[in-house]
Amino acid sequence: MSAFRALIARDVRLATRVGGGALTGTLFFLAVIVTIPFGVGPDLNLLSRIGPAIMWIGALLATLIGLERLFQSDKDDGALDLLRLTDSPVSSFVIAKVIAHWLGSSLPLVLVTPLLSLLLALEPRAILALTATLAVGTPALSFLGAVGAALAVTLRRGALLMAVIILPFSIPVLIFGVAATRAAIVEPDPFWPPFALLTATSLIYAVIGTLGAAATLKIGDG
Amino acid sequence: MGILDYANPTRVMRFSRAVKPWFLGLGLITLAVGLYGAFVTAPADYQQGETIRIMYLHVPMAWLAMMAYSMMALSAIGTLGFKHPMADVSAKALAPIGATFTAICLITGSLWGKPMWNTWWVWDARLTSVLILFLVYLGIIALWQAIEEPIKAGKVTAIITLVGAINLPIIKFSVDWWYTLHQPASVFRVDGPTIYPAMLYPLLICAAGFTLVFFYLHFAAMENELKRRRIRAMQMRAARRVAPEQPTLPQGSTA
Repeated sequence: MSAFRALIARDVRLATRVGGGALTGTLFFLAVIVTIPFGVGPDLNLLSRIGPAIMWIGALLATLIGLERLFQSDKDDGALDLLRLTDSPVSSFVIAKVIAHWLGSSLPLVLVTPLLSLLLALEPRAILALTATLAVGTPALSFLGAVGAALAVTLRRGALLMAVIILPFSIPVLIFGVAATRAAIVEPDPFWPPFALLTATSLIYAVIGTLGAAATLKIGDG
Repeated sequence: MGILDYANPTRVMRFSRAVKPWFLGLGLITLAVGLYGAFVTAPADYQQGETIRIMYLHVPMAWLAMMAYSMMALSAIGTLGFKHPMADVSAKALAPIGATFTAICLITGSLWGKPMWNTWWVWDARLTSVLILFLVYLGIIALWQAIEEPIKAGKVTAIITLVGAINLPIIKFSVDWWYTLHQPASVFRVDGPTIYPAMLYPLLICAAGFTLVFFYLHFAAMENELKRRRIRAMQMRAARRVAPEQPTLPQGSTA
């Protein structure tokens, strides 16, 4: 377990220091949120209606684009091979990497969500729901993205291909995330069913993503 | 003859050559009967008129699109679980066929939707699920194209195919859920009431015919893939003969 924790600590430290680029994802998120009103117009009523969708799509893109290099530097400097020589299974290493990436990149994104929601004229209830759904739903995206990141290691220049393959799989997360948020604002629908489904999706994807990424990494070596 | 006897490409080729004409012949005969039923004997629908006849092409395509993915997932298990050398040949052959059948399903659905719903496309739960299935197929084909070395491509694609096999039901469920949440004002039913027997029999015969043709295409595509691999092996041997002093890089190495 100590190796597991050490790996998380190392990755978080690497991501948050100079050259780590942990906040780039959050900046990308900000850029997406700020750009979209120029496309749809400054109507605050419209923005508050489609706000949750904008925020979720921004988070989806930020997570997937940021994850592309999850395993790349470890592959390049040989750390991946060393980690494979240890007793712990590859999947535990994948989980540690994903947790570290989530702490370094997705957690800041969740934390700035309330602030960015103000730009889209979301109400306090919606802001709360949006932040909660993003906190629960982004791990699903991270674990799915891990499969893509493992692919990107295996395939040189696999970044775009990874997005092509992973994006369709992320549709359930988007559906449940946006539905839960919308339920909290406009519709009389209850908030909990989609929220519970979103949580369930996160848990399922944690399993699928870990196993898929570990299997892909093993093939990449041999 | 167990399944392991079919690990030998030559034997698979021989088997495929022997059964392929039967699948094609029986498929075409069945289709002739089915399409005669579909276009001549089956009545026009009392609501949809003659356009109902698109169903005899559309519905079998939808079934086969899903069957192709199931077969691909089984092949992926063969690749990863049993390292069966023909499993990835089968999976690779299935991807474009499945994608084509899905595309035909979408196109015929669109052509059917224009006179019925007065629009080429609606974000209906079923249509959307099939569209996503199509996207997954395209991603898998792109993945096959992205990796040069066939064995490695087979393994990587098998993992993604299985991830897709677990995901597609989740996606289907979420899309159904999404659709009921956002259901538009004009409610229509794709499946209508129970189907009339005079329409059901031609539909089933057409489905059987298309399934036989599907298997013919699968065998033909597998033969092509085996030949492609043989050509690749011969080219590499020839290249090695030309430059024997060159150190040979292991296949798939990123160096």
